[in-house]
Amino acid sequence: MESKRLAGHYSHRYDSELEEVVNRVLAMGGLVESQLTRAIQSFLDADTAVAHEVIDTDTRVNSFEVAIDERCVEILARRQPAALDLRLVVAVIKTITDLERIGDLAEGIARMAVRLADGERPRKQLFRDIDTMGRRVTTMVHDALDAFARMDPAAALDVVRQDFAIDADHEAIMRQNATFMMEDPRNITRMLDVTYAARALERVGDHARNMCEYTIYLVKGRDVRHIDLAEMEVVVKGETAS
Amino acid sequence: MSQRNPAASSMSAGLFEGSTRTVRSLADEEIAISVENLDLYYGDTQALKSVSMKIPKQRVTAFIGPSGCGKSTLLRCFNRMNDLVDGCRIEGAINLHGANIYDRKTDVAELRRQVGMVFQKPNPFPKSIYENVAYGLRLQGVNNKRVLDEVVERSIKAVGLWDEVKDRLQSNAFGLSGGQQQRLVIARAIAIEPEVILLDEPTSALDPISTAKIEELIEELKEKYTILIVTHNMQQAARVSDYTAYMYLGELIEYADTMHLFTNPREKATEDYITGRYG
Repeated sequence: MESKRLAGHYSHRYDSELEEVVNRVLAMGGLVESQLTRAIQSFLDADTAVAHEVIDTDTRVNSFEVAIDERCVEILARRQPAALDLRLVVAVIKTITDLERIGDLAEGIARMAVRLADGERPRKQLFRDIDTMGRRVTTMVHDALDAFARMDPAAALDVVRQDFAIDADHEAIMRQNATFMMEDPRNITRMLDVTYAARALERVGDHARNMCEYTIYLVKGRDVRHIDLAEMEVVVKGETAS
Repeated sequence: MSQRNPAASSMSAGLFEGSTRTVRSLADEEIAISVENLDLYYGDTQALKSVSMKIPKQRVTAFIGPSGCGKSTLLRCFNRMNDLVDGCRIEGAINLHGANIYDRKTDVAELRRQVGMVFQKPNPFPKSIYENVAYGLRLQGVNNKRVLDEVVERSIKAVGLWDEVKDRLQSNAFGLSGGQQQRLVIARAIAIEPEVILLDEPTSALDPISTAKIEELIEELKEKYTILIVTHNMQQAARVSDYTAYMYLGELIEYADTMHLFTNPREKATEDYITGRYG
């Protein structure tokens, strides 16, 4: 985290409280990121051992969420934060909700991996597409956390742009799945599992995008949800909140 | 994506000239007082530096800033309390109803009737509760008991003190608690129906419950009066005011609607002050 901007309070204790919250978010983010990478891996490699590890990690992610929320409530109650500090606490509370959801989706992909592991594997082509989409999404999550850590709205905006590619990937996989299902109805059950994984990855992209919107809010002081990319660019280029 | 977020688009504003970003349109606010290039000197020291601002009618405007920033000095300008300070010199204008209150023709007694003031420490007169509230009217020559009774009751009710004092209106006001005294002083101020009420740290000598009662009262009073409050308690400014002015070293650094100033101030100096950072 660009800790210089968060530090400088007359109360050093306050500085360290904010820093601690940010560090915990980044630790939680790191955990979720690796959970996602391993979930995709287990899906592609039919590795049930890794899949079970991912499923088991979910409780750790959940306890991160609860603990960080608690710290945020404490800061709100004790410090009555204002301006940047207030926006940080709000951004953190929202960011960890999205991170937790990403964790849930990774868990879901891991469960699909377990189901798909026994029996005939779907076509290689489909796995390649999931692999490509998975890499893109993982990068997005990584970059979203990085943009938050560096309090960099321009980097956050780049991640938002990446989300369009994810949506296109998702669209393509869906179309292909539909074709495979029509070709041979025996594929339908398995294809639905692959569809689930693609859908989950698409949702992960949306959550990463949300996190980036909170980072823009944190730095720029402007709520950029539900506006189009062009308007978002104006906000990001505009004058920075003090 | 399709739904637009109104807070994200910029709007124009008439109230905060020179401010580039404001959250909502304020062009419709009616202006009670406008300050124009106000300079104030105590001898050789300049305590206010070219302050210009417009204060909206029937709203609460808070003044915040560190000690010595000029916020109390500015507040005292609005009813010419600084006239009483030796060596105090004022340039610029404060317009109330379109007339400069610093004009030679201004009747200062009448100005102070229009612009009431409440101080940090409750200052009831050493008289009965009733006489404290009736005082202003008596000064104006009103002696009709029925009229006085009515105004006293209405004013004390307006500050939420009636049930606490109705059975002892003739007792000395000093017998009241600090919080009750402060509300009595506010009743005294509104008995003569001013337009503007100046509150100079009205709760800094009060306990939290009395403070909450005064804050609630401020909320009610703004339906009828324009309220200006100086406070050291930033959370109080955030709670009670519609607009907030941040002052530093005699200058008006930032003036914006309260919600905006406390969540997304424009100036780094404001941010440092409200978040407790050293600049």
